[in-house]
Amino acid sequence: MKWEVVIGLEVHTQLTTQSKIFSPASTAFGAAPNTHTAEVDIALPGALPVMNKAAVEKAIQFGLAIGAKVNRRSVFARKNYFYPDLPKGYQISQFELPVVEGGAITINVDGVEKTINLTRAHLEEDAGKSVHEDFHGQSGIDLNRAGTPLLEIVSEPEMRSAAEAVAYAKALYSLVTWIGICDGNMQEGSFRCDVNVSVRPEGQQEFGTRREIKNLNSFKFIEQAVKAEVQWQIETIEDGGKIQQATVLFDPDTGETRMMRTKEDAHDYRYFPDPDLPPLVISEDWISRVQAELPELPAAMRARFESQYGIPAYDAGTLTASKDMAAFYEATVAAGADAKLASNWIMGDISATLNREEKDIAQSPVSAAALAGLIRRVSDNTINNKTAKDVLKKMWESGDAADAIIEREGLKQETDTGALEAIVDEVIANNAKSVEEYKAGKEKALNALVGQCMKASKGKGNPGVLTELLKQKLA
Amino acid sequence: MSLSLDDVRRIARLARVAVTDDEAQATQTQLNRILGLIEDMRAIDTTGIEPMAHAQDVHLRLREDVVTVTDRREQFQSVAPEKENGLYLVPKVIE
Repeated sequence: MKWEVVIGLEVHTQLTTQSKIFSPASTAFGAAPNTHTAEVDIALPGALPVMNKAAVEKAIQFGLAIGAKVNRRSVFARKNYFYPDLPKGYQISQFELPVVEGGAITINVDGVEKTINLTRAHLEEDAGKSVHEDFHGQSGIDLNRAGTPLLEIVSEPEMRSAAEAVAYAKALYSLVTWIGICDGNMQEGSFRCDVNVSVRPEGQQEFGTRREIKNLNSFKFIEQAVKAEVQWQIETIEDGGKIQQATVLFDPDTGETRMMRTKEDAHDYRYFPDPDLPPLVISEDWISRVQAELPELPAAMRARFESQYGIPAYDAGTLTASKDMAAFYEATVAAGADAKLASNWIMGDISATLNREEKDIAQSPVSAAALAGLIRRVSDNTINNKTAKDVLKKMWESGDAADAIIEREGLKQETDTGALEAIVDEVIANNAKSVEEYKAGKEKALNALVGQCMKASKGKGNPGVLTELLKQKLA
Repeated sequence: MSLSLDDVRRIARLARVAVTDDEAQATQTQLNRILGLIEDMRAIDTTGIEPMAHAQDVHLRLREDVVTVTDRREQFQSVAPEKENGLYLVPKVIE
């Protein structure tokens, strides 16, 4: 039997605010335990939550960026459950009326575009952290994270493979970091994915029973977990078993998903509107202002790069993967570099070197203007491509400009025909075998001769001029 | 709608409230009386009336995103029964 996979994602994005969603305590990561808390976060009796305006604004930004409906009136609700890292006994979240409804994100898997619709996005507070080390058989509780603002983004169950789930998570990640509502630090838990997975026989209309994989904090784990879960579900059904609705955890060490709880003992959250928080009302003015301040979004910028710079779709997609990379590219072209050469250099040598040194493009020791300086010297034939790669390495290490390095090391390409002619004559005289082969019709032998000329010119010969000279002399 | 004794016990368990059989029965009667009142209210025609999420017609107040409190861990933890390395200690919980 052929099976169809059905996947939906719930992503918790931590919003980049200074203070917590309902208290004026700091959200900074990594502080000593329980030093970033206020009365509300530790649930002292009588303490009341006061909403952070910036958290609302970031939710509006997200809603507008995905073309969703931003609800002019939304409601906060209490989600009731007992856990020691949630001292109030309830999490303040949104249930019936979330701040954002609908919207869509476009993903691209192997060149095929697909639109994934979103159900909703709602504001809520994060819980604290339990530390299960041995405190004499007890658990330790750190409430620094309690009250950190989250935007939970829920997709429709429209993904049909692990690759689509990963593409969606990456597209969402790129968008929230692009508009700056999330810092994207996955190790610190700023972007956490819960993945709902079910399978059904191909052609069947109704969904199979789903299991939810909790708390995946890397794209690699999403892919591994979904594949493992799908395989497990298909095998279970084919062996005559039934899927029970459940919450599972992915263990990266074993590569398997393991049951956390079944539906029977699932939480009954008893949501109700929080009497401490009247409805959130968002004015038309506020929405218009946020709309006006929204940066150019990745999809729009990708299209503009293609038309404005005449670069291929692949280049435009890669260069707009992050805002910093796109800005670096535009600055390079603005400083006088050829648009396609700039793209090649940034996607090639610059990205490779940054990756090797684990640096972001914003930390590149070679600035956009400096790179443009190098590319200009390739375009005007001062140096050839191979020399340019060496010059870039030296620019990277020394911080000097391309022109200074070319001058200092005498790397200027030799285009003077007279000087090159002498080299060509010498090479022809010393490489009788290649000359014979070329004359016998073996085109490849010419490459060997050009290579010899380049070597004799210490890399400074213009390969185009050398090729022409060789052809003339051997004709 | 009316609640069974088992419903009442389940609600009590979810709220971590211990109830004796007598209390459960008394609570069942009280809760069903409240539900009866809600049944009466459901008979009222509410067509065209926007549902309320709060008893008062007020909007949520918003504050600027500024950190205005400093570390008060020592004070806060002075009433905690057990603590270690800055953490509150609680009975072991592992899901």
